[in-house]
Amino acid sequence: MGRKLDPAKEKRGPGRKARKQKGAETEVARFLPAAGDESSKRLSSRARKRAAKRRLGSAEALEMPKFPGAKPFPGKLPKGVSGGAVQTPGKKGAQSLLRASQGKKRPAPTHSSEEEEEEDDSEEDDVVNQGGLWDSEDSDADMIDDYGADSTSEDDDEGEELLPIERAARKQKAQEAVAGSQWSEEETEEEEEEAEEESPESGPQKNDETDGGLQINVDEEEPFVLPSAGEMEQDAQTPDLQRIHKRIQDIVAVLRDFGTQREEGRSRSEYLHRLQKDLATYYSYGDFLLGKLMDLFPLSELVEFLEANEVPRPITLRTNTLKTRRRDLAQALINRGVNLDPLGKWSKTGLVVYDSSVPIGATPEYLAGHYMLQGASSMLPVMALAPQEHERILDMCCAPGGKTSYIAQLMKNTGVILANDANAERLKSVVGNLHRLGVTNTIISHYDGRQFPKVVGGFDRVLLDAPCSGTGVISKDPAVKTNKDEKDILRCAHLQKELLLSAIDSVNATSKTGGYLVYCTCSIMVEENEWVVDYALKKRNVRLVPTGLDFGQEGFTRFRERRFHPTLRSTRRFYPHTHNMDGFFIAKFKKFSNSIPQSQTGNSAASTPTNLDLPEVKDQMTPKPKGSSHPAKKARVAVKAKQQLQKRQHPKKASFQKQNGISKGTDSSLPTVSCDTKSQASSKLQDSSQPAQKAEVIRGPKVPRKLKQQSAMPQASKKVGFRKQNASRGTDTEVPVLSLSKTQAALKPEDCDQPLGNSKRAEKVKQQLPEQPFKKAAFRKHNGTPKGPETSTVSLLSSSRPPPAKRRKSQSRGSSHLSS
Amino acid sequence: MRPLTEEETRVMFEKIAKYIGENLQLLVDRPDGTYCFRLHNDRVYYVSEKILKLAANISGDKLVSLGTCFGKFTKTHKFRLHITALDYLAPYAKYKVWIKPGAEQSFLYGNHVLKSGLGRITENTCQYQGVVVYSMADVPLGTHILLRYKRPETGNSFANSSQVQLKKKSAYTLENILPGKIWPS
Repeated sequence: MGRKLDPAKEKRGPGRKARKQKGAETEVARFLPAAGDESSKRLSSRARKRAAKRRLGSAEALEMPKFPGAKPFPGKLPKGVSGGAVQTPGKKGAQSLLRASQGKKRPAPTHSSEEEEEEDDSEEDDVVNQGGLWDSEDSDADMIDDYGADSTSEDDDEGEELLPIERAARKQKAQEAVAGSQWSEEETEEEEEEAEEESPESGPQKNDETDGGLQINVDEEEPFVLPSAGEMEQDAQTPDLQRIHKRIQDIVAVLRDFGTQREEGRSRSEYLHRLQKDLATYYSYGDFLLGKLMDLFPLSELVEFLEANEVPRPITLRTNTLKTRRRDLAQALINRGVNLDPLGKWSKTGLVVYDSSVPIGATPEYLAGHYMLQGASSMLPVMALAPQEHERILDMCCAPGGKTSYIAQLMKNTGVILANDANAERLKSVVGNLHRLGVTNTIISHYDGRQFPKVVGGFDRVLLDAPCSGTGVISKDPAVKTNKDEKDILRCAHLQKELLLSAIDSVNATSKTGGYLVYCTCSIMVEENEWVVDYALKKRNVRLVPTGLDFGQEGFTRFRERRFHPTLRSTRRFYPHTHNMDGFFIAKFKKFSNSIPQSQTGNSAASTPTNLDLPEVKDQMTPKPKGSSHPAKKARVAVKAKQQLQKRQHPKKASFQKQNGISKGTDSSLPTVSCDTKSQASSKLQDSSQPAQKAEVIRGPKVPRKLKQQSAMPQASKKVGFRKQNASRGTDTEVPVLSLSKTQAALKPEDCDQPLGNSKRAEKVKQQLPEQPFKKAAFRKHNGTPKGPETSTVSLLSSSRPPPAKRRKSQSRGSSHLSS
Repeated sequence: MRPLTEEETRVMFEKIAKYIGENLQLLVDRPDGTYCFRLHNDRVYYVSEKILKLAANISGDKLVSLGTCFGKFTKTHKFRLHITALDYLAPYAKYKVWIKPGAEQSFLYGNHVLKSGLGRITENTCQYQGVVVYSMADVPLGTHILLRYKRPETGNSFANSSQVQLKKKSAYTLENILPGKIWPS
């Protein structure tokens, strides 16, 4: 309607009409305030026009002759500056005046709009005829009614150039401004508080002048100003996400180059604190979790991570090779209308679904069990586990059964899998999935994972997908953002540690093909991942081995104040923003011994508390190198059994105890025991029936056979003499001196490494003999110095003790044998 | 978990025999080991002996499932065969029915199949015969009872019946998952 729009037509002439022909933008550019003067909402097109108009102001007259028929460039019109670009430094002055008067300035948005204006400065020629588009609107201005706007109520700057509706709108805006004056007052206050208030203004102005003819595509860097308390309060009430987002970007930019960009007087922690609050508001996280994430990621990655959590990961599925091949399945699904691709080089059975015209979880192929919907990161632990055929595998937390079925298909339905889960509801899904996929070698059970080695153990491989806080799968469950707390993470970590120890105990280290355990979580917290793995390394005879996955980030070997074992570098971490799969952590253990190392605290708890010798013995234990850990541990096992035995016998035979203590000490000092403590104990049990041989029996497991025979001494009336004899023979076990032996052991750990340092021992024993009486008394107090195998304790007493003691010993030994 | 009693075994075998006839022995003596049936919570599981050994360690109230579930005994001690048994019955089926691709979807959704949907059928299939249904690509889809709708015929009754219905017996169908959803076939 109206005049035909002909952008190419040259607009000429002075006067109001000609100006109008440039377009409404030019008109309103005179009056539009700087972007951001308006309310915090994004400016509408009308508002932009008005702002531009206000800005043009009186300077418009100057600009007109500069713009003869230049071509319009509507595309270049930046948002927020409509038609705006007719600007000169003079105009800027007007703008700043306007801003000050209206007092609604926002430093950051203002900055951006000014920058945009600067850009346009260089494009003056192009901007001229942007107004041409608005030709038709302007021409109708006179004919349209007033919309109730009263021209007198408006600023003089605007004058009569505005359309009536624009006037009305501006009037309304003024009214709103009055209503929000309190709000603006805060801002004016805050503006006054901040010393750098002027810098944003002056900055762009300077830039203006310097960049007169230079085209810049990059935003000028402007000192970012941290908002004050006033604005923060306001943010809490009415969060403006756009502003917060901008502020996040600004703070990240400042922190990246903190030295030069920092605001004077503001510390880094203030910036970080502000950033944390802003990120929490913008992405709806709880403060605790966001603090944890800030510790975990550098700032640039942090924002990427948070962004990645807002978006779901692509749907992936795994072909069930028991029933079909990936090629055939892909073909069948494509025929149904699914758009898919192979998952990656690392997977032979995975497919990623881009989009699908049919529900991917309900195709006939799905019902026939040809594939399983599974996250890409969930395929990784099973690949790391690498189950072989005819193995016995335990899957401790198997629901909903994706990993279990993958294990079964890798084993080709041979061997046995025990799929366990503690949650009965989710077990139903396991049953359904396994039946659907045609898995036949699985037993499904409903135990708490911590009961495991007791129920059944001796598995070749174990997979533990531990229950976790779920911080890696926030995109699947956004509730994790807010409902996770310090307590939750620690509780999860505790449960994971217990489960991991049970899992380790369920693995059979002597398995021909296995002995491996894979621990994985869908969490990225260090407390649940590296810390738990490190704990297990300390507590059990396991070591970390490479997972076999060649991608993924290595696990941490140190994190804040914690230090972990260096082999943790072989664990793998996966993140949503780097690998486009759910956050995951995978660690692969190899168990190298079935024995459980007895912790020192565990031993002391069993024995009487005030045992001076114990610490010494413990010290002696600790310096032992790892290589000797086996015998040491075995000794400890035997020691524990001995403890029980001793306890039972305590009320009866003090001397026995004493000797027990002695022998224990000596036994503990013998590290290099090749033979099994238990076996020796049992053998000794058999021998115990004969007092004469008891000494031999009691020698302890570490004593070489020949020594034992030697030590099979006839009953010596005097213990000392007996001991002396032993000492003379150079038997290591028979160290009569109670604590001396232990002290000896403690003081000279190197002796431990010499299993047959008999001569030395003999010397020491002799030295210790004089002190014996003294020590005896002292020793009697110490009931449970269970550092040596219990058999050794029995040995000395055999000569002096009646048969019942033996029986008791045998029982205890038997029980200890069983228990150990 | 316990072995089946005589009575239960008889009932179950009768049911299975409807579909695979006398090939029952093949189920027990398989080349990769001996398999047996065990009863647990009224469900019959078909397991190999190796698995059975490990499963014996698990207490009854904690055991959920083992091997493959063949079916269950109802409260009145009738045996219901489950779809999970299909993989084992299909190779030994005596009477087979192949249905056309068009009827496949409808069948999977739980509808009966009319004669027009049949592609092939084994000869000499009588009325009320248990059959195993295949797709044209020889993928077993379910087990059924062959009904005849119209007048009973002698001899090759099938060819003359105007309407044949295959009553679906499979439990796991799309219908159970997406009731009422129509798929483009």
